[in-house]
Amino acid sequence: MSENEKYLLKVEHLKQYFPVRRGFKTIPLKAVDDISFSVKPGETLGLVGESGCGKTTVGRTLLRLYQPTAGRIVFDGDVLFDSGEQYDENGKVVLGADGKPVIGNKVDVNMLPYRKQMQMVFQDPYSSLNPRMTVEDIIGEPLDVHKLYRSRDERREKILGLMELVGLNAEHAMRYAHEFSGGQRQRIGIARALAVNPKFIVCDEPVSALDVSIQAQVVNMFEELQEKLGVAYLFIAHDLLVVHHISDRIAVMYLGKMMELADADELNENPIHPYTLSLLSAVPIPDPETARKSKRIVLEGDVPSPLNMPTGCPFRTRCRYATEQCAKEMPQLTDRGNGHFVACFNK
Amino acid sequence: MGQENNYILEVKDLHTSFFTDTGEVQAVNGISFNLEAGKTLGIVGESGSGKSVTAYSIMQILAETGRITGGEVRFHGEDITKWNKKQMQKFRGAKCSIIFQDPMTSLNPVFTIGSQLTEAILLHTDNNKKQAKERAIEMLTLVGVNEPESRMKQHPHELSGGMRQRVMIAMALACEPDILIADEPTTALDVTIQAQILELMQDLQKKLGMTIIMVTHDLGVIASMCDEILVMYGGRVCERGTADAIFYHPAHEYTKGLLRSIPKADNMNEKLIPIGGTPINLLQMPEGCAFCPRCDAAMKICLKEKPQEFRVGETHIASCWMNIKELYEAQEGERV
Ligand SMILES: Nc1ncnc2c1ncn2[C@@H]1O[C@H](COP(=O)(O)OP(=O)(O)O)[C@@H](O)[C@H]1O
Ligand SMILES: Nc1ncnc2c1ncn2[C@@H]1O[C@H](COP(=O)(O)OP(=O)(O)O)[C@@H](O)[C@H]1O
Ligand code: SF4
Ligand SMILES: [Mg+2]
Ligand SMILES: [Mg+2]
Repeated sequence: MSENEKYLLKVEHLKQYFPVRRGFKTIPLKAVDDISFSVKPGETLGLVGESGCGKTTVGRTLLRLYQPTAGRIVFDGDVLFDSGEQYDENGKVVLGADGKPVIGNKVDVNMLPYRKQMQMVFQDPYSSLNPRMTVEDIIGEPLDVHKLYRSRDERREKILGLMELVGLNAEHAMRYAHEFSGGQRQRIGIARALAVNPKFIVCDEPVSALDVSIQAQVVNMFEELQEKLGVAYLFIAHDLLVVHHISDRIAVMYLGKMMELADADELNENPIHPYTLSLLSAVPIPDPETARKSKRIVLEGDVPSPLNMPTGCPFRTRCRYATEQCAKEMPQLTDRGNGHFVACFNK
Repeated sequence: MGQENNYILEVKDLHTSFFTDTGEVQAVNGISFNLEAGKTLGIVGESGSGKSVTAYSIMQILAETGRITGGEVRFHGEDITKWNKKQMQKFRGAKCSIIFQDPMTSLNPVFTIGSQLTEAILLHTDNNKKQAKERAIEMLTLVGVNEPESRMKQHPHELSGGMRQRVMIAMALACEPDILIADEPTTALDVTIQAQILELMQDLQKKLGMTIIMVTHDLGVIASMCDEILVMYGGRVCERGTADAIFYHPAHEYTKGLLRSIPKADNMNEKLIPIGGTPINLLQMPEGCAFCPRCDAAMKICLKEKPQEFRVGETHIASCWMNIKELYEAQEGERV
């Protein structure tokens, strides 16, 4: 992506390691390992990959629910975090004469003012909302925290406005969260996220727990809110058809690394990375004719443990195109034209 | 008992209820279908529509408060709802097995894979211990568990989700059942692992010639696995027919709505068309069609009368008044 293209969020070489105890040693679990991407204002970037690949960690790190291990996060023109490493054009860390990375300007801002602009919606509408709070108080809480009203009346007006926005009946304001169905709880969750008028929302599997017939209602709501408010989403989900439907672009992760990133239609029609290919071919298509014709590329085995990360390209242990080079180094994410990025030596 | 047809299983007007403190929950309310040996039947519907209870009723493994209150389940022509405990135990061991969404429902965390598999085989066959152990290893190999000998010594928690699912399938198939019921077997798995398990089930079906009942809410899984489909809503059958009939010529408004609401190749850049309203509450069943409160096409008759089964194709049946819409509108005038 060209440097001057407009983006809302830019992430560079982001790493999120968790210290894990193994016997007497503490070793790093590399949940997110050197990924870069950007999100444009008002767009939806889908994020897919098998469970344990680091999708949730990416979302939570962006919102600074974790302290990033390394990398740089730029939001709406402001650098929120920078660990100071410099990178050359091949994506390698620039080393000084002493063989250690050259460290430039470090940045680590206070996130409180940015919390208003970056929000999160969770998978489980059952556990992410306090069942003993009324809808009015759940949606009102962020308004209270950020002092976004001058009078009780204005508070109530805002809450009712938000409820209407997400298609909740105003009469339900005094009901408790546990009285609502899954789809309605997800609406409450998003009304709460929208209360502070954010520019960016991380949606972590927001429709995965919902019934098919309700899923469509909630997917439409996300799409309509974006049209109305211009909010950008990082949309994490494991249902690739839902992600394709809602996303402008899609990023594919495997074991903490970014494997492919492209326009949503382009990724689905012309997937290049071997991992994306097998992921897409595994999706059962709701059409018997297509199902009879298509052959699944069945991936052998499971995702390896991130504590046992293969050297080089982490996908090589399940990849049918793997060569010697794949075991030696991780391929860089390179532009194959039209903003279609792929990290693979052989495809 | 006479056996003029090829049906391995015939379910006739099955009713199952739970008797709870708040009253009788009619979870399955008049389900009928026939299933030919070697075929795969898919049961699809949203959660709470009675898919699992239908499956559990066939096997008679209902919760204590649950009871079959009417209808028949014929296995090779014999009504097994009349069978005693011992006969049913034998049925469950050797004729019909079930696998669940959560493998830990069937696996015991404190015993090794090997001891559980061998135990199941000893219980349901006249194998001796050595034979049973060999058979267990053979089954693990069959379902694609690598290094089966060393897996035999492991406990369930030492295996990944996909591996546990395979072990559960091995356990279910150890006695070569005629029918395998799979209740959302891949719902908790990643698509890649789901593909492995579905591929495995199709392979085993070819090899062993078994009949499969696939219970799922996933229309993709249904389309890629099933010959016949039963669409359920509120404990009733909306529609049943071949996969092609259901997907290409749906004749119940709920099925049509379901197909419109999912993302697929041809609606990626259009708005999805959701089914409105909220899922059904079995304790407040509408008088007429169960789907009526959420149906955009509902007519007056839908409010009042439970739709009968209309035959819309040779093997295609739908319980929806829309199938006589012209006739009805000619007599009654406008819609609601
Ligand atoms: N707080 C944490 N501490 C240690 N390990 C973690 C933590 N959060 C996530 N992980 C590990 O990081 C990896 C990525 O997890 P996650 O981001 O939740 O993946 P996904 O959302 O793609 O399923 C997993 O191996 C997970 O076990
Ligand atoms: N043990 C039980 N006691 C009372 N009601 C039950 C019990 N099991 C199931 N039900 C009810 O029966 C209905 C159908 O349930 P089920 O067959 O599990 O649905 P599905 O498998 O389609 O999601 C549900 O409304 C559920 O509440
Ligand atoms: S880099 Fe190598 S191992 Fe990785 S996906 Fe490409 S071919 Fe396969
Ligand atoms: Mg996650
Ligand atoms: Mg069920």
